[in-house]
Parts: sequence; C-alpha cells; structure tokens
Amino acid sequence: MNITVAVFAALVLFASALGFTAARRKSGELRDLQEWALGGRRFGTLLSWFLLGGDLYTAYTFVALPALVYGVGALGFFAVPYATIAYPIVFLFLARFWNIAHERGYMTVGDFVRGRYESRMLEIAVAATGVLAALPYIALQIVGMKAVLAQLGGVVALGGGAMPLIVAFALLAAYTYFGGLRAPATIAVFKDILIYATIAAAIVIIPHALGGWHAIFDAAGRALATPLHPQPLLIAPQMQFAYATLALGSAFSLFLYPHAITSLLSAKSADVVRRNAALLPLYSILLGIIALLGFAALAAGIHAAPNEIVPILFARFFPPWFTGLADATIVIGALVPASIMALGAANLFVRNVIAPISGRIPSASAAATKWLTLAFCALSLLLVLYMNVKFAIYFQLLGGAWVLQTAPAIFFGLHSRTIPARALLAGWLTGMVAASYFAVSDGFSPLVAFHIGNFSVTGFIAVYAVLLNLAIAFAATLLLRFRPSEIEAA
Amino acid sequence: MARRAWYWLLALPFIALLDVPIYDRIDPRWAGIPFFYWYQLAWVVLTAALLAVVYVATRVRGR
Repeated sequence: MNITVAVFAALVLFASALGFTAARRKSGELRDLQEWALGGRRFGTLLSWFLLGGDLYTAYTFVALPALVYGVGALGFFAVPYATIAYPIVFLFLARFWNIAHERGYMTVGDFVRGRYESRMLEIAVAATGVLAALPYIALQIVGMKAVLAQLGGVVALGGGAMPLIVAFALLAAYTYFGGLRAPATIAVFKDILIYATIAAAIVIIPHALGGWHAIFDAAGRALATPLHPQPLLIAPQMQFAYATLALGSAFSLFLYPHAITSLLSAKSADVVRRNAALLPLYSILLGIIALLGFAALAAGIHAAPNEIVPILFARFFPPWFTGLADATIVIGALVPASIMALGAANLFVRNVIAPISGRIPSASAAATKWLTLAFCALSLLLVLYMNVKFAIYFQLLGGAWVLQTAPAIFFGLHSRTIPARALLAGWLTGMVAASYFAVSDGFSPLVAFHIGNFSVTGFIAVYAVLLNLAIAFAATLLLRFRPSEIEAA
Repeated sequence: MARRAWYWLLALPFIALLDVPIYDRIDPRWAGIPFFYWYQLAWVVLTAALLAVVYVATRVRGR
C-alpha cells in the first residue's frame, strides 16, 4: 500500500471512530428524539459554527465548484456572492425562525408550517419538497467521494470504487443511527481542521508552482476563450442577470434544505445563530479560493472529467502523504453533510409526511426516524451505484429549484399570516410545475431565456418559478379575501 | 439609532453583489487576481464585518 492511500485510510477511519464516540457518550439520552436529531438544542457558538460549516460547505461543493469554473469560467463563481448574501438572510430571518421554533418546540420546517397555518396539506407539500431536494444532494456527496477514490487507486479502488463507498456509507449510517446529530458534529470539528490545512497548502503551493495568479488567470482565460465567449474571465453582459439570479435564488433556498434547518435548530439560542451569521462567511472565503482552483487546473493544462480535477491537482502538486490528507478531507467532508442530510430528511418525512397522512401525532420515539435515516443512506448509495451520475446532478438541480418554492410559506410565516395556506399552496403548486417545466424544456439547464420582442432575459429557473409562485399566491389571497363579501352581497 | 435602522446596513451586500455590471471587469488587478474576483472576495469580508457591527449594535443586553 502506498503512503497516500495509507494516510487517506487512516484519517477516514479515525473520523468514523470519532463519530462512534458521540454515540457512546450519550447513549442513555439518545432515545429521545430532540436529543438524537437536534443534539438536545444545546450547541454553542463554536460547535454550531463547525456543524453549519461542515453541513453547508460540502464535499460536493469542493469538487463541483472548481469543476464548474473549469468548465464555464466566471459564471461558476456565482457561489461566492451566493454564500455571502445568504448570511444577512440568516441574520434577519433565520434567527427569528429559531425563536419561533424554540418557543413552540418545532423541529422541522413542516412543524413550523403546521403551527403557523394550521394546514396539513401545506405541511405535507413543504416537507415532501424538502425531502425530495435532500435525496439527490446526499447522492452527490457520494459522487464527490467517488471522484477521489477513482484517483487514489490501490485498495480503495476495489470493485471500481464501489466497495470502499459501501464501507464508508455503512460506517456513516451506523454512527448516525447510534449517535444522531452529535456524530457529524464531532466529526465536523476534525474535518474543518483538515480543510483549513488543505486550503492553506493549496493557496501557497499551487499558485507558486504555476507562476502566480496573474499567469494562472491569463492562461485560464486563453484556454477557455471561444469565438462566442471571448472574455471567459468575465460575465458576458447578457448573462449578468443570470449571474445575479443564480446567487440570489440559491441564497434564499440554502436554509430551506432540511439539513440546514437541522443544524440551525441545534443552536442553543438565537444569539448563537446571529453570531454564526457573522462568523460563517469565513468558509465562503475558502469557497472562493477553492473555486479558483478550477482556473489553476486550466493553467496546469489538466484535461480530465471536471469532477476529477481537484484530486488530480492535489496529486500533482502535493507530496504523497499530504495528497492522502487532502483526499481524506474531501471524503470526510462528504460524510458529515451526508449524515446530517439523511437525518434531517428522515425527521422531516416521519413528522410531516407520514404522521399527517396516517393521522397520528408524531411520537417522541426516535425509532422510525432512525430507521428511515438508514433507508435514505441506502437509497442515495443505490442512486449513485446504479444510476447515471448525470441523473443525480439533474435531480439535484431540480431539487434546488423545487426547494425555493417553499420559501413564501416560510418567509411570510415569520412575521404575519396575511397570505392564507390555500393561496400559498396554489403558489407552491404553480412554482413546482413551472420549475420542472423550465428545467426539462431546456435539457436540464439551470438557466432559461425569456424573449420579449427583440429583448431576451436569461435567468435562474428557480427565481422565475418563484416569481410565478408569488404572483399566484398574491392573486389567490385577493380572491379569497373578496369571495366572502360577494357571497354576503348576493 | 433605533434597532431597526441598523438592519438597513445589511442591504449593502445585496446591492454590491447583485448589481453585476459594477464589478464585471478585469482591472484593477490585485496580486494578479482580476477585479471581478477580488471584489467579490472582499465583499465576503465586508459582509462579515457589517454583520458583526449590526449584531453588536442590536444585541439585547442582559441576556
């Protein structure tokens, strides 16, 4: 076994062992759902920071973002404004969401919708959307892991990388089952130390080896330039609106995902949430640096599948033992969010889809949620092993556009109830259909162009869909308002 | 200043980052990095700073 694989395997196994320590420490209390799914809502500023950081900045981000920049240039950088304006949103709205959830004992967005609107239909709609959006996201974490395993070779390439994936996911499912949210929280601390070490090394070693950032950008610009797009380091004027809507739409949907809400609600106070809004942008700087690695790969003349360029960069510029560490960082970076996503989606599904349909009040027992967490892990693994990776990517894109359609119900519910549940439901349905139609009609592109005469505006499908969603919700509100008086008049 | 007034500071990152034409250019570079990229990275830091200011200014004391 070579040194890279040895370091890699040792670090991944150590991280898994950390996950199991979380299970042993609190085994007595872990039968309680609050304790298992939200860590007893006791996480302070620092642990919340690690947990949210580990949860939102996933392995897939670290693999896919440079891949996007490598493929399309400046447009791929939208993740940076997205991961910046997300935090004023957290500060202004999600801290209030925490307060309401804490006061009323809500554990999910589904609970929130049921409590605010007293509508089980809307609750099921919002919860099912969250679950649907989470599943492909888990699958894409596995895609990120696969990209690393394919590069490593040796023992971790057994069965085309399928064997180690199954082992890693069995470990993941086991410590999540036994330890609940405390398991990924414990691993997240370790994962972050590795991430900061890897990025610090990458930002020093790689630009130096390639002759500095000036040379990297110039070479990347030449490599990407086409007659149609002569300035790939910038956004073409007709794409500036698309860039802004990608950032804005993604920022508003970020905290509607079940894994984000799960981590958010595990904070011990709204103050912890607000403080984290100011501290989490530190990860967004890392995100920006990682995105720039896409240009570094172009400058280094790497020709490969976009998802593989980051592991290839590591292998080319880092010493073997550090390559093992950097690769382990990506895999551990996949395990943390995958665990929280499976847990959050399972909790949402049991409490807000199964319970209202079966007509029973969600019990305090964690048993059903725990089993469903295992099922979601298995399902995502099957999705990656037996389906086309492209399918998972399309599904995740669609999930992102879908999840934004739950935004009106959540954001309007924070301050008032002027918009009734039926209007929100009509808006949600319109948004879901519109988002799906836009995505499918243009070969699963996140962008769609609207033509008005000679004028054409390209924008993010999720944003166009949510505008329709809002228009229908407002129109339906007016209709519902006026109907009773008309009946009276007649 | 009233608590709510401080929240308006948080509109700045939205304006600065969503108005793409204001930063969609190469020059001036910083450490070789085109303006488009370092401007947005600088706004990550500025947004964090604004959030810290608003947090301190609007914190309910005695908790």
